[in-house]
Amino acid sequence: MNKDKTKKQKKGMLRDLILLGIFSCVMIILLLVFPNKQEPVIKTSWDFFVEMIAILPAVMILMGLFSVWVSKETVVKYLGKKSGLKGMFLSILFGALPTGPLYVAFPMASTMIKKGARISNIIIFLSAWACIKIPQEMVEMRFLGLKFMASRLLLTIIFVFLMGLLVERIIEWSDRKNSKLEGGKINAGI
Amino acid sequence: MALKSCIRILPIVLVIIIFIGLLLGFVPPDKISRVIGEQSGFGGVVITAVLGAVLHIPSLISFPLAASFLTVGASVATTAAFITTLTMIGTVTLPLEIKELGRKFALLRNGISFIIAIIIAFIMGMIL
Repeated sequence: MNKDKTKKQKKGMLRDLILLGIFSCVMIILLLVFPNKQEPVIKTSWDFFVEMIAILPAVMILMGLFSVWVSKETVVKYLGKKSGLKGMFLSILFGALPTGPLYVAFPMASTMIKKGARISNIIIFLSAWACIKIPQEMVEMRFLGLKFMASRLLLTIIFVFLMGLLVERIIEWSDRKNSKLEGGKINAGI
Repeated sequence: MALKSCIRILPIVLVIIIFIGLLLGFVPPDKISRVIGEQSGFGGVVITAVLGAVLHIPSLISFPLAASFLTVGASVATTAAFITTLTMIGTVTLPLEIKELGRKFALLRNGISFIIAIIIAFIMGMIL
């Protein structure tokens, strides 16, 4: 499992490096053909580079720390049994913690469903994990401003709640319909 | 651990930075704003939302990219749509999501995410 992961990461890294090579070549050729564009292109790239370098290490350290402090087991334990409004807020909170990419969260979500967590909480948890992450908001504020970040955050939270409830209704409704059709046979999966 | 993830993310950061430089240096703002700017309306928002859903860029790097969209004349709505679908919807990770959580769950989550991303984008465009 672990070995598999590092292999995958290496492959991803290689792909990124190849992409970087292609982009570098394109930039060099374009800048040689259009020398008058050299100054604005290089200046823009440099400015963005400085901005990224200023914020990236802090974000990475934060993510590293949290993945040690808050283990997957803790999250699953706390979210598995909480329901109602409290469960929804906990889902947002745990999802927003600065840890890992989205695909890490799928197996966790799957375990929680098996332990009886509500579908709405799982949807909220996954969505929060995907787009309400604390380090993301830091970077968003830096590049797009506080107003943009805050309004998008607020809207996302509202709509994620609604989506959670909606998906839960749809899945429960279709499960009920299915189980009627199959004569009350218990549905495997969701 | 932190250092390692920093190095791992670096190549793609550089790719995006080069892309931004070229985008801002070469493409005239009025061209971009015609496709994804204020006057592009609903179509522009949907185009960027689809783009955000299909692309697989680490979300951290999507923000400088989005900022450069704004500088070259994209509207707030299209920029918000791009970021929201990029972070919420994963077409690359969809097979894994289906495997772990079931087809119905995964498709509903991604599908409804797309719709709410567009709604969020329009509200953002109205209030900002």
